[in-house]
Amino acid sequence: MIETKSLQKTFKNGDVETHVLKGIDFVALEGEFIAIMGRSGAGKSTFLYQMSLLDDPTGGEVIIDGQNTHEMSSNEKMRFRLVKFGYVFQDYALLPELTALENVALPLLMQGHSKRKAYREAGVALERAGLGHRLHNLPSQLSGGEQQRVSIVRAVAHKPNVLFADEPTANLDNQSSEVIMEIFKDLHREGQTIIMVTHEEQYARLAEKIIKIDDGKIVSTTKNHPR
Amino acid sequence: MLPLNIRIGWFLALRALRRASLWTTGLIIFVMVLTFLNLVVVSGILVGLLQGAIEAARTHYTSDVIVSTLSDKKYIENSPNLVALIATLPEVEAITPRYREGGTLEANYKTRKETDKPNTAVAQVVGIDPYAEDAVTGLSQFVAEGSYLAPGDYDKVLIGRYLLKQYLPFDSPNLSALENVGIGTRIRINVGEVTREVVVKGILVSKIDELSLAVFMVDSQFRSLIGRNDGNVDEISIKLKPGADPVAVREALERSGVATYARVQTYEDAQPQFLRDIIATFNMLGTAFSSIGLVVASITIFIVVFINALTRRKFIGILKGIGVNGRAIEISYVFQSIFYALVGSAIGLMLVYGFLVPSFAAHPIDFPFSDGILVAPLDQTFFRVGLLVFSTVVAGFIPAWMIIRRNTLDSILGRN
Repeated sequence: MIETKSLQKTFKNGDVETHVLKGIDFVALEGEFIAIMGRSGAGKSTFLYQMSLLDDPTGGEVIIDGQNTHEMSSNEKMRFRLVKFGYVFQDYALLPELTALENVALPLLMQGHSKRKAYREAGVALERAGLGHRLHNLPSQLSGGEQQRVSIVRAVAHKPNVLFADEPTANLDNQSSEVIMEIFKDLHREGQTIIMVTHEEQYARLAEKIIKIDDGKIVSTTKNHPR
Repeated sequence: MLPLNIRIGWFLALRALRRASLWTTGLIIFVMVLTFLNLVVVSGILVGLLQGAIEAARTHYTSDVIVSTLSDKKYIENSPNLVALIATLPEVEAITPRYREGGTLEANYKTRKETDKPNTAVAQVVGIDPYAEDAVTGLSQFVAEGSYLAPGDYDKVLIGRYLLKQYLPFDSPNLSALENVGIGTRIRINVGEVTREVVVKGILVSKIDELSLAVFMVDSQFRSLIGRNDGNVDEISIKLKPGADPVAVREALERSGVATYARVQTYEDAQPQFLRDIIATFNMLGTAFSSIGLVVASITIFIVVFINALTRRKFIGILKGIGVNGRAIEISYVFQSIFYALVGSAIGLMLVYGFLVPSFAAHPIDFPFSDGILVAPLDQTFFRVGLLVFSTVVAGFIPAWMIIRRNTLDSILGRN
């Protein structure tokens, strides 16, 4: 469902060009849980951002559900991100002046749901994630693990086709990381497509496909049998 | 149902305002209040400075409507009939016919040596019915020393302060004033060829030039002075009942044919052209000062919103990243700006109409030529509120638009 062909990304700083992605061919099928690994600076996060339409590649193509995103306007890409994708960032990326409930409800409201419906669905999703007692707390009143759980609930509340996660456990302690990865496992079990960037082997092993990137290229693709 | 971007913009703005720092919100609103006051009060006082003079002239000299001599006539012909006609108008509350001639005053003429310069002053000599005049203009309230005229005061006068050296607030070579004159002093009045010796009964202290440069005497005395016994006067001030329209009365008199033998003017018509010019100039100055205030406020809001948007750039990036339309984010900043402008204006309105206007009315600013009040007509004030809101919206929109159009990922990652 997501395919990249010769995907390239080059950053320019004055006359200096840095080629971060040097032609990546990749396919993610519906329902797959894919972990992208690589050393720091290998280009794994950059690859995720191009795939998830948060950034524009300098070369190559990103094809989603047969549609070449190169031809999409920025508004179409935004609509795509809103409806088809969910995002989990390393630093949770919750909006500080919105409560947990409001953070989760916002993408639903943006999709045109009524306030009542958006709040009800957000509330149910947060309850399921064990955050029923934190609905009206601001992010600053939550622990790191709780914030990341809210972030995941926000990312999946509208039932996206693909969940993109960029180092979702990087800022968390072991216990919280385990909780987060359990949620990912459950989501995958329910059929959610997940593409996750991580540098932690133990969490990558939860995915059914592990892709290793180095120097802007995929150097290995490993099929995995998650525990 | 509201368009989605407006709903989301409102949703974001409401929460941003509700959870913003009280200090920051307070400071922005404080700036807006000051801007509003700058917009309304500066020009209001400038105009009020003259409005005070105009109101005083209306209340204490011209009254609501004034009938005066045509430029090619010596007096208002057929005055007794005209006075009778005016008295029949239902809008009229009181009238005061006046005689008026230019004359000179002289004091200390008995003790003056041959080589001394005469102690003289040029004045308007006005003949009045003391009761009628007081009913229309309240002349008696300006008697600062001595007492007001009575109908039987045949050899007594009230003298305006600019005709007395000790009351003149400035020394002007063009303005002659009498020295050593006080209550009870005998002075000479020369009108044409006639000279009459009178006693100063009262001194008028007023900021209205027509009173300050005049000598008032009882009308019968004045008639004998100028030898006019036909009852024709030089001007008639007409006080109307509360709510009556001076223009309607002027038009009624004109329809009766009065305009053929007298000039009929409302108090506004009677304002000298220079005063109208000054009002227009002050209005322009007030607008100029207000415009500067508006620009300063716009820049303030621009900076505040720009810094706010810049520090929240990451979150703006996240909003765009999760699919919130940039337009909705811009609208949220516009709503916040409108909030600041409206709250600032509301507090400003309360201050102006609840405190400043009544305070200035009760305690006018004591200018040498008028009692300055604060003029803030509602329509003009609301126009300025509209201006403030508009400029604030523009000043709030531009920085938000500048930040929002940046690359989404760069914003999320904090890259330049």
